[in-house]
Amino acid sequence: MKLNERSVAHYATCDSPADHAGFLRKRVERHHHHAHHHGTSYQRRWFILKGNLLFYFEERESREPVGLVVLEGCTVELCEAAEEFAFAIRFDDAGARAYVLVADGQAAMEAWVKALSRASFDYMRLVVRELEKQLEEACKSLAACRKSPRRSSSSGRKRHLSNPALLPLQEKPAIVENGYSTWGSGGCVPGGAACPDHDGGQAKPPPLPPRRRSATGSATGSPAPSLSPAMLESPVSPDTICFSKLHDWYGQEIVALRREWQERQKRGHL
Amino acid sequence: AVLKKRLVKLVVNFLFYFRTDEAEPIGALLLEHCRITKEEENVFSISFIEEPERKYCFECASEEQCQEWVEALKRASYEFLRRSLIFYRNEIQKMTGKDPLEQYGISEEARFQLGTHRQ
Repeated sequence: MKLNERSVAHYATCDSPADHAGFLRKRVERHHHHAHHHGTSYQRRWFILKGNLLFYFEERESREPVGLVVLEGCTVELCEAAEEFAFAIRFDDAGARAYVLVADGQAAMEAWVKALSRASFDYMRLVVRELEKQLEEACKSLAACRKSPRRSSSSGRKRHLSNPALLPLQEKPAIVENGYSTWGSGGCVPGGAACPDHDGGQAKPPPLPPRRRSATGSATGSPAPSLSPAMLESPVSPDTICFSKLHDWYGQEIVALRREWQERQKRGHL
Repeated sequence: AVLKKRLVKLVVNFLFYFRTDEAEPIGALLLEHCRITKEEENVFSISFIEEPERKYCFECASEEQCQEWVEALKRASYEFLRRSLIFYRNEIQKMTGKDPLEQYGISEEARFQLGTHRQ
């Protein structure tokens, strides 16, 4: 399966701040033909969490990740492994491989489990929708306050109702970029702190997410060579087949496996 | 460039594409640090920050469908969601004096702090 590899690697290694980072030992999952090696082994990798993506690198200084885990449709739980401070990322899709990771200590383990548990896009979207509702309600009750006759408040302090920062719900500021407003404004480095926003320093308020649209049918039998995009019917449940493929794509760990093979060759195991 | 008919699915911050009859995708685009551009009629493109001249072009069946895709894709990144969350949190806090994230027990997390992820 193809992936925009260069962009993914760029995202993994660019300056944009990581949500969590650190060394973890990752259990090596043996495939069938490696079955002659029966022990469980772990590899120390440098892990970076950005959004719903967990990247891992051979070394902290490596310029490209050797692996990627998409944290959707998964649970993160403490692990009954021989190792102390072990936890596992397991997927709802039974066919997908689990990731067993080992932290350096109790605090590190807890920090990772906490960070990974809430890393999914779905979770983020849930929270955003909640807040959107809350803001709407807050605006409504404020509008209701405005309409009712003013009474002097018991504290004597005037409540300033005409808050200039209040954004009317009907207003939809244009989105310039895909949540990345500084791109294009004079050659900014992604995530670089020195870069000014388009509108001079204020965080540009993102518009309200659109109401969920019904699935548009895919065009069939069209003679012209064109795309027929189909909207995802249920944005809440990710397509686990797709994500398994992504894990496999990156899960090869070609460099590491090759080196292991070479070492075993030297030791005469083959 | 030849246009190939594909089934395209937006799943969280990934755009998967399939040959029309197949269950498994032939490819995916991670939609972070990308720019969605409306091109000519029925057409939009996706390009990425480290290679802006390289455009992935998509032709839709109609202009309306094209607009729907552009809007959906612009909101499809995790980073966009994060900015939305920070914005709403800030607005609610200003209006009500309360931090709405406290009830979720995530108010201290670095990823939700105002200013942590400013460019």
